[in-house]
Amino acid sequence: MGDTSSTAPSVSLMAQLKHGLTRENYQKAVADIVDGWRRRSLWGTMGLQDIRQRYRRSVIGPFWLTISMGVMVAALGVLYGAIFGQELGDYLPYLAAGFVTWGLVSSMVLDGGRAFISGEGLIKQLNAPLSVHVYRQVWGNLIVFLHNIWIYFLVAMWFGQYPSWTTLLVVPAIAIILVNGMWMGLLLGLLSTRFRDIPQIIGSVVQVMFFITPIIWKTDMLPGRALFLDLNPFYYYVQLVRAPMMGHLPSLEIIAGVVLLTVLGWGAALFFYTAYRWRLAYWV
Amino acid sequence: MASIIIKNASVAFPIYDASSRSLKMRVLPGNMGGRIGGSGGHVSVVQALDDVSLTLNHGDRVGLVGHNGAGKTTLLRVLAGIYEPGAGSVRVDGHVAPLFDIALGMDPESTGYENIYLRGLFLGMSRREIRRRLPEIAEFTELGQFLDLPLRTYSAGMRMRLAFAVSTSITPDILLLDEGIGAGDAAFLDKANQRLGAFTDQAGIIVLASHADHLIKRMCTKAVLMERGRIVAVGQVDRILQRYRKRIAAA
Repeated sequence: MGDTSSTAPSVSLMAQLKHGLTRENYQKAVADIVDGWRRRSLWGTMGLQDIRQRYRRSVIGPFWLTISMGVMVAALGVLYGAIFGQELGDYLPYLAAGFVTWGLVSSMVLDGGRAFISGEGLIKQLNAPLSVHVYRQVWGNLIVFLHNIWIYFLVAMWFGQYPSWTTLLVVPAIAIILVNGMWMGLLLGLLSTRFRDIPQIIGSVVQVMFFITPIIWKTDMLPGRALFLDLNPFYYYVQLVRAPMMGHLPSLEIIAGVVLLTVLGWGAALFFYTAYRWRLAYWV
Repeated sequence: MASIIIKNASVAFPIYDASSRSLKMRVLPGNMGGRIGGSGGHVSVVQALDDVSLTLNHGDRVGLVGHNGAGKTTLLRVLAGIYEPGAGSVRVDGHVAPLFDIALGMDPESTGYENIYLRGLFLGMSRREIRRRLPEIAEFTELGQFLDLPLRTYSAGMRMRLAFAVSTSITPDILLLDEGIGAGDAAFLDKANQRLGAFTDQAGIIVLASHADHLIKRMCTKAVLMERGRIVAVGQVDRILQRYRKRIAAA
């Protein structure tokens, strides 16, 4: 079922933009995202399959994710704890919480840029909504995160910090992060498919952001407030999850920042997805 | 009631090579000597469908004939909703099932049963629907205990059986086929042909792109001749095939 019409056989991006921004295309973009959600048994299976394929015939399977993350946190924690002169019982849980959250946010940005490119073969064969490829990627990253989050709780409990009721707020916080992961995938995935240098750019930016975002260092180590925090979207995302994980509420500033990012991000994603969604099959 | 109405549809593919697809060309214009190929535009374009109009109604069995690159596969993909034409309009009523690759989505490391689910989900079935059809599909494959083993342990013929059994278990209104459906060894063939017959009889509309005359003659009641992205003739199967042969001979 479908109805398609337009009248400009042009390949110029500007012409397509002018032409693509119609109410009809907007409705089709929204329908694509809604129908994609309805196909969750498809992308749910595909996402699981991606993870299982990676660890097929290995004895402990995806728990290698947990182990390698654990080793990373332990090594970095001991080293940087010493460098910064931090109390380990305080620093290690902080690092673990930040690190596993960073893992989720950064991989959603990185994989989001590749969402449509890696679905290339399928896009030309399968008459499914294109958003399926973004859902698949976000879901895959959630599965990985659910393996990693135990690292934090293990470390925290080792040092005698037990989960409180506030910890439950991690669930809505993650849900908000996933909603953001969707716009990242739709927007970055679309732009990356047209311009194949963008995934490379995203890669180097994310690498730098890891050091700029307070994960291995704490905000109070910084003399005064800095642009590193205020203008760093990663800071807002990481803090939104890390705060309840460690048993306190995220500040209003963080919540406001995330709300703003969510609205702006989805606005931009819908804008571009409306204009260029139908071009994706031509670009892959 | 299934129906397809295409009006003046055109599909053009921009050809980006590594350099024009990169940002450099846009950020640093002039640096690389400017535009690539094509006249006036930024990129060269392949016109895969050019002003195509076609109306198909419930009950139509249509064969697409034409040279390689005539636009048959592109037209099928337009019907499947994969390509939206840059100009013109397409209206498709009914549930469409493109069967371009009957093994699409199957995974060598998963078991036969898992692959029935995988393939079924790719075909647009729900888990419940697949569960309901599972016994019937499993029985048809005659694979028995093998269904518990990973697909990689199967022979090519066994894989084909499995893919065939799942793919023909759906009941779409509109069926799109590229080069027909194959089904393994001779012993299986009779059974497969019967099933294929029942399967295709259920579909409201079938569009089949093929180079095999016998396939088109057997399955289709109508044929469409394509050439360089245009529809040059629509009509009775024999007449169109004859015309196609003549054109080949003339070329």
